[in-house]
Amino acid sequence: MANKNNTIDRRSFLKVSSAAGGGMILGFSIFMSGCKTDEVVKQIIPEIIMPDNWVTMSGWIKVGNNGVVTIMSPNPEIGQNVKTSMPMIIAEELDVDWENVVVEQAPLDSEKYERQVAGGSQSIRHGWDALRKAGATTKAMLISAAAAQWEVDASTCTASKGIITNAYGDTLGYGEVASAAASLEVPEEVKLKKTEEYKIIGASKRNVDLKQIITGQPLFGIDTREEGMMYASVLRPSAFGQTLKSYDDTAAKSVNGVSQVIQFGNKVAVVAHSTWSAMKGKKALIAQWESPKDSPLESTADHDEKMLALLDSKVKPVRNDGDVNKAFAEADEVIERTYESPFLPHNCLEPMNFFANVTDEKVYLKGPVQTPAWQQGRVAEILKRDPKDIEVHMTRMGGGFGRRLYGDFGDEAAEISSLAKVPIQLQFSREDDMTAGTYRVALKYKIRAAIKDNKISGYHITEAASNSNMYGLIPNFFPAYAVDNYRVDNAKFDSNITTGAWRAPYTNFLAFAEQSFMDEVSEITNQDPIEMRLGMYENAKKNKDENMQWDPDRMAGVLKLVADKSKYGTVQEGIHQGLSVYYSHNTHVAEVAEVQIINGKPKVTKVTCAVDCGIVINPDAATNQIEGGIIDGIGHAMYGDFSFENGKPSASNFDKYRLIRSGDAPKIEVHFVDNGLNPTGLGEPSLPPAGGAVANALYKATGKRIYKQPFVKEVEVLG
Amino acid sequence: MASYIINVNGNDHSVNVDEDTPILWVLRDTLNLVGTKYGCGIAQCGACTIHIDGAAARSCSLPIGAATGKKTTTIEGLSEDGTHPLQQAWIEHDVPQCGYCQAGQIMTAAALLADNTNPSDEEIEDTMHGNLCRCGTYNRIKAAVKTAAKNS
Repeated sequence: MANKNNTIDRRSFLKVSSAAGGGMILGFSIFMSGCKTDEVVKQIIPEIIMPDNWVTMSGWIKVGNNGVVTIMSPNPEIGQNVKTSMPMIIAEELDVDWENVVVEQAPLDSEKYERQVAGGSQSIRHGWDALRKAGATTKAMLISAAAAQWEVDASTCTASKGIITNAYGDTLGYGEVASAAASLEVPEEVKLKKTEEYKIIGASKRNVDLKQIITGQPLFGIDTREEGMMYASVLRPSAFGQTLKSYDDTAAKSVNGVSQVIQFGNKVAVVAHSTWSAMKGKKALIAQWESPKDSPLESTADHDEKMLALLDSKVKPVRNDGDVNKAFAEADEVIERTYESPFLPHNCLEPMNFFANVTDEKVYLKGPVQTPAWQQGRVAEILKRDPKDIEVHMTRMGGGFGRRLYGDFGDEAAEISSLAKVPIQLQFSREDDMTAGTYRVALKYKIRAAIKDNKISGYHITEAASNSNMYGLIPNFFPAYAVDNYRVDNAKFDSNITTGAWRAPYTNFLAFAEQSFMDEVSEITNQDPIEMRLGMYENAKKNKDENMQWDPDRMAGVLKLVADKSKYGTVQEGIHQGLSVYYSHNTHVAEVAEVQIINGKPKVTKVTCAVDCGIVINPDAATNQIEGGIIDGIGHAMYGDFSFENGKPSASNFDKYRLIRSGDAPKIEVHFVDNGLNPTGLGEPSLPPAGGAVANALYKATGKRIYKQPFVKEVEVLG
Repeated sequence: MASYIINVNGNDHSVNVDEDTPILWVLRDTLNLVGTKYGCGIAQCGACTIHIDGAAARSCSLPIGAATGKKTTTIEGLSEDGTHPLQQAWIEHDVPQCGYCQAGQIMTAAALLADNTNPSDEEIEDTMHGNLCRCGTYNRIKAAVKTAAKNS
């Protein structure tokens, strides 16, 4: 099944190469980050000697005359490590020595690249074919150029580590034939490697920005420093639903370093010569806010009431298999539980920021954004400019988690620069970041199971959400297909609290609810939690249709692997294990959490995890992603506590909002299934199962079930 | 506005800023040393950690006056070429995900190791508890600190 499509067509390569012109570009400069020069690169990557000139082979690849290769990384880097793993895939097929590779972040260029988005754990899965083809096509052209020079047939030549060898043992480096190769016809078809031939894919490679990160080099949006740049801080409504009535900027303007105060819409920007002056100026603004006359400002208590009412309302199902009503009518027993979660802020450690320089000639945008193409489109609309005049450059991001999908900060920066007529860096304070968020939707689930002959004969889940419901294929996830009579209902209420995607949208909480429920059902029906799930996966095979994405065998595979590696059910007394298995973002993950009572309180001490993401591109970095997702999942399930009172968030900084810290993090053991299937993403899938695994382990340790996040408020359980 | 002379990474700098300006913003905006990061502004996340006379300090919550007459070290000055045992251990364990908190993590750990060359697991955990990593690289951070302690 792996590498089904080992050849490429000419058209898909031209999509990559056309805008680059396929020709030769001399006098290379590392243009992207605006902060790197050849000299800096030499200093921080001393093992690479930069070439005198470069040949552009395609939108992806430049070959230096000394054989050093630059690979462009198209997608935004938020910590998911695509800036390393995507170029690794190209380098594999290009057959270049990884030690001779320089990676550059590509700017937004919809002509050259497809889907320049960081989101949904899709970069590797979507890029898999295009990246391999980009590498293989360039390699084929380099071999053809060498063969022509030798006057031999290209099929008699081979390439490895950037060196081409012919049947007589003659060799030519990529750098020696790049100019000739760039002028060749792009081949119609190229052959891709078989998985067993991989040398770079599957071998751990360190983060390409590692040295810059640990030496404090400028990499992030907040580090942007441009000629003539000013700093901006923005005052936004103090509560969701309010509008700006009036403001007094006398005190703000008297703050040292403040140069302009500008109103735009419901917001007021302070432009200054330093970040501190801009922040002080903003604090000195005196604003009057107006509350809506026709509707009250929103509070969490009202939200809870609305959602609980929705759980009992009659709504149209989004999925309805078999005869759910009959299953419940004929049930020996019905189990019903309700699960609740709050809104959550993203809290990227780098607060939102963006650089914008709006001039009559062009709009230059640079900063941390997960969706540069959307940014370009929205700014074009706001400023009424041709999108072609808008350049978007991506910096490394201090976290994304979904918050940087929305680009509101980039819009604001562009608007302020346009009004102030200076280049500006907009900087959110932590308080701005936490109180002007696009929060995880608050959710409640009611799950009901019909039990007949000690098996789940019917399953009915109702979702009540703020603003938006689960979407796309999520209603098709397990236990769809696994239960013959299966129904999903969606209901929502409209809130003026801005909401959006939050790492593993919807499933980050849905998985907790479902896997906690499964654990409880297995207990009530006296079934082994592993055997019960395996039986359900087996049942799913007979119900399979073309919309089914999760794979019963792969689900069973991770479950069996985690049970084996965690010694599930056979660990020593005093260690309490909780199991959770979940498919999301095209990846199957199973986790076993362990809880021990230490000093009278339950503590999560270890998580064992089994992952099936197909081919693992960069094993050590992949393990890092899995570890991070688990810690993030546990942290927010345990501590994430956020509410609203009259439109105002309950917390605005880390003194009032608890994030998981070093001492709270359990040991983590990660095991990957080795099956050679095409790779899927890893930024999100280990997060959803974590909450359920911990809740199930806490139950074993304390005898109390948890139905609400954050767990830390469930004092009955945690003491 | 007032004039201050501060010593950062071995060099004296004369800066002209308001007296309430946190050291963080003088480093970042005045001296263009952007390795020290802004995370919360209230000494809760540790992203802004620097050394003042060798002790770990939260630069977001200390006014510029706290740096005068003292030696300030930032991540850029921790070693000349990224070869501090902690930086080497960070490479060995490939610690970062997004990377934003890591300079602060390294600076906190460096102050610990300067005082205590063989910290216990508990001492490492206690010291690093003040530094948030939103990506959850805590286990790698702890492992890297242990490796650095062994190698220093």
